[in-house]
Amino acid sequence: MSAPTTTVGISDEVRELADQEYQYGFSTDLETEVAPKGLSEDIIRLISAKKNEPEWLLDWRLKAYRHWITLTPPTWQHVSYGPVDYQDIIYYADPRPKKQVTSMDEVDPELRAMFDKLGISLGEQERLSGVAVDAIVDSVSVATTFKDKLAEVGVIFCSFSEAVQEHPDLVRKYLGSVVPYNDNFFACLNSAVFTDGSFCYIPKGVHCPMELSTYFRINAADTGQFERTLIIAEEGAYVSYLEGCTAPVRDKNQLHAAVVELVALEDAQIKYSTVQNWYPGDADGNGGVYNFVTKRGMASGKNAKISWTQVETGSAITWKYPGVILKGDNSVGEFYSVALTARRQQADTGSKMVHIGKNTKSTIISKAISAGHGQNTYRGLVDIRHSAVGARNFTQCDSLLIGKDSGAHTLPYIDVKNQTGQVEHEASTSKIGEEQLLYCRQRGIPEEEAVSMIVNGFCREVFKMLPMEFAVEAQKLLTVSLEGSVG
Amino acid sequence: MLKIKELHASIENKEILRGVNLDLKAGEVHAIMGPNGSGKSTLASVLIGRDGYDVSGSVTYEGQDLLALSPEERAAAGVFLAFQHPVEIPGVGNMYFMRTALNSLRRQRGQEELDAVDFLALAQERMKLVEMDQTFMSRSVNEGFSGGEKKRNEILQMAILEPKLAILDETDSGLDIDALRVVASGVNALRSEGRTMLVITHHQRLLDYIVPDFVHVMAAGQIVHSGDKDLALELEANGYAGLTPRSARVGASV
Amino acid sequence: MTAEKVPVRAAGGVLADLSPKRDGHDLGWLAEARLNALEWVGKNGFPSRKDEDWKYTALDEILAVPFVAAGAGPGRRATLDLINKAAIDLGGPRLVFVNGHFSPEFSRLTGLPSGAVVTTLAAVLATSPDRLKPFLGHTPGEHHAFAAFNDVFAEDGAFIHLTNDTIVDDPIQLVFFSETEGVPLMTSPRSVIIADSGSRATIVETYAGFPGDVYCTNVVTEVVLAENARIEHYKVQNEPTTAFHLALLEVRQARNSQFASRSVMLGSSVARHEIRVLLGGVEAEVSLDGIYLPQGEQVHDNTIFVDHVAANCTSHQLYKGVLDDHGHGVFNGHIMVRHGADGTDANQKNKNLLLSDRAQVDTRPRLEIYTDDVKCTHGAAVGQMDDEALLYLRTRGLPLESARGLLVYAFVQEMVDRIELEPLRASLEALVSTRFGTAAHRAQQ
Repeated sequence: MSAPTTTVGISDEVRELADQEYQYGFSTDLETEVAPKGLSEDIIRLISAKKNEPEWLLDWRLKAYRHWITLTPPTWQHVSYGPVDYQDIIYYADPRPKKQVTSMDEVDPELRAMFDKLGISLGEQERLSGVAVDAIVDSVSVATTFKDKLAEVGVIFCSFSEAVQEHPDLVRKYLGSVVPYNDNFFACLNSAVFTDGSFCYIPKGVHCPMELSTYFRINAADTGQFERTLIIAEEGAYVSYLEGCTAPVRDKNQLHAAVVELVALEDAQIKYSTVQNWYPGDADGNGGVYNFVTKRGMASGKNAKISWTQVETGSAITWKYPGVILKGDNSVGEFYSVALTARRQQADTGSKMVHIGKNTKSTIISKAISAGHGQNTYRGLVDIRHSAVGARNFTQCDSLLIGKDSGAHTLPYIDVKNQTGQVEHEASTSKIGEEQLLYCRQRGIPEEEAVSMIVNGFCREVFKMLPMEFAVEAQKLLTVSLEGSVG
Repeated sequence: MLKIKELHASIENKEILRGVNLDLKAGEVHAIMGPNGSGKSTLASVLIGRDGYDVSGSVTYEGQDLLALSPEERAAAGVFLAFQHPVEIPGVGNMYFMRTALNSLRRQRGQEELDAVDFLALAQERMKLVEMDQTFMSRSVNEGFSGGEKKRNEILQMAILEPKLAILDETDSGLDIDALRVVASGVNALRSEGRTMLVITHHQRLLDYIVPDFVHVMAAGQIVHSGDKDLALELEANGYAGLTPRSARVGASV
Repeated sequence: MTAEKVPVRAAGGVLADLSPKRDGHDLGWLAEARLNALEWVGKNGFPSRKDEDWKYTALDEILAVPFVAAGAGPGRRATLDLINKAAIDLGGPRLVFVNGHFSPEFSRLTGLPSGAVVTTLAAVLATSPDRLKPFLGHTPGEHHAFAAFNDVFAEDGAFIHLTNDTIVDDPIQLVFFSETEGVPLMTSPRSVIIADSGSRATIVETYAGFPGDVYCTNVVTEVVLAENARIEHYKVQNEPTTAFHLALLEVRQARNSQFASRSVMLGSSVARHEIRVLLGGVEAEVSLDGIYLPQGEQVHDNTIFVDHVAANCTSHQLYKGVLDDHGHGVFNGHIMVRHGADGTDANQKNKNLLLSDRAQVDTRPRLEIYTDDVKCTHGAAVGQMDDEALLYLRTRGLPLESARGLLVYAFVQEMVDRIELEPLRASLEALVSTRFGTAAHRAQQ
């Protein structure tokens, strides 16, 4: 079957395809804009056609799909979960709001309580809960204002789908250049089926005039299951990008397999911050999001700098290793992470720093907190290749344990193939300080508050890397996530 | 104000306090002296509610059973300990810590909380007492503080939290003479009618600066001697061994 | 010839000897255990780089050699002189094994207190084989094919049993010397050390061989420490660079026991020293130190697993590597703290110095912790020689070579200093300083 023609809407071929699917027992109503469950080449063609994609992109997706079907899910990560039925997932659904409630009274009280604790404004609460209010109209106009401001300096910031239509050459040039379609099981799946995401392009010498958070957060309510983000900073450009939000996001989709690719050319700098608070599952570990993400940056030019900061408190399982390929001479890679696992959450996260260019430098600071039955694994790679003369890495991984059933694991991999490389890895794991707790309580601070204070102090090095407003929210988030873990 | 009766405390089946009796009235300054291992610091620990001790006997503080309260409830009731070894809390700002502590106390006492501006004004005023400057406040709690800075920080907290019962555990240890003078004058400035102090030390030196109303000598987990400030001088001259028993409760092991 | 088939062929030659009876004793369980082990290898094959614990050490080189299991009988070229050169005589009891088999003519079993039984595995197999059931009779496959292979072939080695409160003052020396007559040999020494309650001893294992000979030492040493026992274990691996060395030191510790291991890895083409320690009783302590100095094309792999099962145990690891030429070093240290192992104090440290542009190191310190009342740290560092220090020494008149040698020696000296046995320390100091003082670098320049 050839690729569908470019008309949007329902082409004959898609109709035909849908009919075919129906024969196999699926029911498809194209008017509802939901594809049948399961994954096949036909579904990928459907996605591509729906999105009106050029042929090269369809080919790329198909190549990924054909490779993916030869792969088996990885088992080396230090997490356990039941098998995922990849044929039981709907790979395409119209991203428009589905279920709407008419007032906050209909929203889950537990969720509302959390919103209040986090200090999220009513408007935002309504938006996040999908309450149909006029505020949405306001958001759109605000967003448009931002967009105009960005356009003035030549920054392209749009949805991935829009970029495919408006800037196909840029997308084609960079898509898969950092995370190839066959990189790993989940990245490969994402390459085949990704539906949307963000695209950002900062032209040569431009210092992006705002944090790309505000705009993003207004539009981020429905990110989808297989998100794809591509950020390109041309020579000398700078951008700070913020993903996610502190508000607890419930999602009926259990599996999330996103891919983020960053490209920094000579003297360019990308700062990418994430706050992840997907639904972690209930106290017994039921439900909760599987967050299997591939994030990588390519510091391809001289003096390029890529910095990842993440605060991971949500998801039943977090599995991600934001990394930097330090290809350009003197390029810099950084990774600052706070990962908290409470209840029955599991996280296997860390960073990969691959030193190729001369005098490349990387820093990894990881703070892990395990409470309840939470299991937290730092896994990181520092790879100093033979060409990386004068490369340096410093890694510090600290773990804090709260409760007998919690676990913390530190598994660094350090490979050095150049005699001038200097690598230093330090890690410590201990229980939350009893003397510190007593000290705080002696001064009158109740135990739970004291725990939160000590944990926030423990994470301070990472929080200070976040944009100011976000750091404050992240601290609150940590406090809320720890509630009930003490005692 | 504080009545300790037949207080016993043991840790891992080792008895450290073996029947301590003490009676402190409002506004009095009591000093407890004694050699290392006599149980002085354990007494302080038990009074503030440190975990891990098996305790018997009674401690009545302003009419209530102190031993039944959690550490933070004791703090709210006005009990303060200047720690012998104040712990470092990395990443937690000193100013933020003190404001949180004060507001926790105020909240527990049903008082209105202080906002950042009001607190700063209060802190700045009290910092003068211990000759501390603003830079201390922006550092993490005790982190990287010298021995003397840590002790000054303890006294500053005492000045801000305004306890009714202040226990000073070896506040003079590790201080040079200048630092000792600063700390002691801070403490003296905080002496008042309604504030009782229990000063634990094994050097008479501190008592030259903080002159107590009563001096008690502790040995092998008991108060073996009580007297006025001259007792400290006697100790200085003759050592603990040179004391003649005056108390009926002198333990056989002394 | 495929890699998998080679050692199995070697095994075939020995299989005929695995008759169920030996010297009138019923060895049915042993024959069965050996067969089980062999079958396990057949089924599971050899570890490959896909196995996490073998990720960095390729075995192709070993598996490509058609080894034959070494038979009994003294080698023809081994002399007392050679053996004394390979392992400095510490003056106490000394058991010498040639190709894994006991050589009474080179050995000495004097100066032992009455509570110490120091003999050979072969002797115990001949007289009271059931004593070995807990060691040789276990199901293989807990670890890997080479350990299982030792189960198949092991016939001799040291057997040391210290009864309650026995203290052996002199170090007990175990010397494993290998030589071949052209046919590549696989030797499979198996030693068992049992330290009953309150006993104490120092064991020194040395591995060496005839330069130029191709062989593989596939050794397993098991140490069991009862309450309050103390064992200090030294290992000097100085096999020729034509040889291979695969070792497993397995230690089980009861309450309040203390075990220390100090390993010096100098020789072999590919060498892997694996230590597994089970801290099964409360308040047990273990400390593991090592240096590895691969040069030329050598691969030195230190794999360590410390399993904190009981509460209030302490473990320390410090490994230092100096890597020269195309030398490749691996540190793979794993600390496991099980649920319930409260009060654990564990740390591990690995430091490496790269001297050449083609040297390589892979370091992987791992902490896996399932309870909260712990104090665990680990650190790994890779660096190069301090240029400032080098310059300083040169301004004081030291030639570049000597200055470099001095700094390298300073790096490992801390480890050598930990060796409490004076004559052994002196001999190792000489070995290490010779290596860095002159020869290696002059050849390289």
